[in-house]
Amino acid sequence: MECGVYFTTYKDDMALRRKPLEKLRLALFAALVVIFPFIASPYWLNLANQIALATIGAIGLNILVGYTGQISLGQGAFMAVGAYGAGVLTARLGIPFWLSIPIAALITAAVGVLFGLPSLRLKGLYLAIATLAAQEIVEWTVVHWTSLTGGVEAMVIPAPRILNMRLNTDFRFYWIAVGMAALTALFTANLFRSRVGRAFVAIRDQDIAAEVIGVNVYLYKLLAFGTSSFFVGLSGALLAHYRTIISWERFTLETSIVYLAMIIIGGLGSIQGSFFGAAFMTLLPAFINTAGRALQSTFPAIATVLPAVQQSIFGAIIIFFLIVEPEGLAKLWRDIKNYFYVWPFSY
Amino acid sequence: MEKFIQLTVSGLTNGMVYALVALGFVIIYKASDVINFAQGELLLFGAYLAFAFIAQFGLPWTLGVLLTLVVAVGIGVLVERLILRPLIGEPIISMIMATIGLSSVLRGIVNAIWTPVPRAFPEFIPRTDLYLGPAVVGADRLIAIGIAIVLLVLFTLFFRYTREGIAMRAIADDQQAALSMGISVKRVFAVAWGIAAITAAVAGIILANIVGVSGNISLIGLRVFPVVILGGLDSIPGAIIGGAFIGLLEAYTGGYIGQGLELVVPFIVLMIVLMVKPYGLFGKEIIERV
Repeated sequence: MECGVYFTTYKDDMALRRKPLEKLRLALFAALVVIFPFIASPYWLNLANQIALATIGAIGLNILVGYTGQISLGQGAFMAVGAYGAGVLTARLGIPFWLSIPIAALITAAVGVLFGLPSLRLKGLYLAIATLAAQEIVEWTVVHWTSLTGGVEAMVIPAPRILNMRLNTDFRFYWIAVGMAALTALFTANLFRSRVGRAFVAIRDQDIAAEVIGVNVYLYKLLAFGTSSFFVGLSGALLAHYRTIISWERFTLETSIVYLAMIIIGGLGSIQGSFFGAAFMTLLPAFINTAGRALQSTFPAIATVLPAVQQSIFGAIIIFFLIVEPEGLAKLWRDIKNYFYVWPFSY
Repeated sequence: MEKFIQLTVSGLTNGMVYALVALGFVIIYKASDVINFAQGELLLFGAYLAFAFIAQFGLPWTLGVLLTLVVAVGIGVLVERLILRPLIGEPIISMIMATIGLSSVLRGIVNAIWTPVPRAFPEFIPRTDLYLGPAVVGADRLIAIGIAIVLLVLFTLFFRYTREGIAMRAIADDQQAALSMGISVKRVFAVAWGIAAITAAVAGIILANIVGVSGNISLIGLRVFPVVILGGLDSIPGAIIGGAFIGLLEAYTGGYIGQGLELVVPFIVLMIVLMVKPYGLFGKEIIERV
């Protein structure tokens, strides 16, 4: 067991993964991720894909809320822009799917910057309400721009193919989703070691001080909105190609709230936390459903109240984490690691 | 011209319902600087409680409404004690998410007990149509206006003359100074949540009387945001004027343009107001550079 960190070169000190244990954990996790699809049932594979996509979206939101401190209730709207962008590009314009995804993400980034404009004058509560308005406006546009999006009817897009191979089966899509999630995590981890990322954090911690030390607050706020929306749009576009059916009901204010819950439960300003939160919020409803179905044989009445119970538990968990562990699952994980780091002499 | 008068009347009456809901927002914000995203669900809860007491238990409506208000105060105080108090001093996002979580819990409870099927609300507020010149207006809506105005006057007086009201203003102004003057911040917060829950329950009952008891009642919690922002988050007259303005705006866009545009125009107005005059028409300006 090592019991301290002693670096002798700057290169070691600045490395992304600094300690041998960190490298070991990462290798184990990567091995698990690679082996998983070969042993998992389709049900679990489907959940894993959902978690991977949610992780991308959660990291995107975390860049804005957790790292830059700009509250956004517009996550659902930005995901809708990504999903419908990808859908329109492939189904209406015939652009191949692999090209539609980055274009859709870039469109979302542009929309994100547009709706980030109020952040130049507002912060905190008022910004949250401005993004709420953005959510409502985008949602309304999606439902009413029938010629483009199909309105309240679901939009069906062709399945993604490469060499005549359908890519949106659970097994094949797993590699795309996990690969993109890994790239997103890597990019974000490095972003916050760079000048830009540090500027985001400076704005979160004290915007006036950030301005004093030479951070162009306006520019970097918009940049944060753009970067964040890019990944949120990426998540939406991937979701569109995975499901091949897009309906506006997936991108309502509820979605925004679920994603905010993810990053709060997982941990604000933490990439690991984004993953934990995404996994938690994806597995929780699945778990409640399974438990509900198991109980149904003994209590038949449970089927009717199950969605309501799920809703209550969802809200209660948010409140629980806010009060008991505001730093989320990432903090718990850190505590566990720290405990074993100096184990057995934890004093 | 007849259409114009009709739209004006229905816009104003809808606006007063908005104002009533906005009042609850304003009181909580004024006292504790918290935006209550669960206001719509408090409405929902109030409406269903009244429905349960009057239609399901068969109590006379006076007793039913009274019981509803008592339970509502209990819920308001409980929410403040269990959820908001541990979060005092936490960042704004925690407060926002806590009230959003609360809204989810309340909606879940309502759905679990009463199921989401819409029902008819027992009629104790008369719904007969009255004719004001060429325009038709439901009596229940006039009563809504009446109640909104009475509450407005009451709360304005409350904030101006009572100890509790002045304490609330003092806390809104400067919590530390208020504490050092011997004001119990906890007590005042509890009172604010109690009052907000009462206004929510009253608004819920009135709304249920107009549209029936269903999950849709909680949607108004979101539709009220343009009202409070336009009027100013901490201004009671602002809530009334904002309510009237947004109500008229919705009625005119719905009546003359249609296409469901009335659902989104208030939010566009909200965006513009936030960009131009973030503290609304009557809100207290806090000068802060972003």
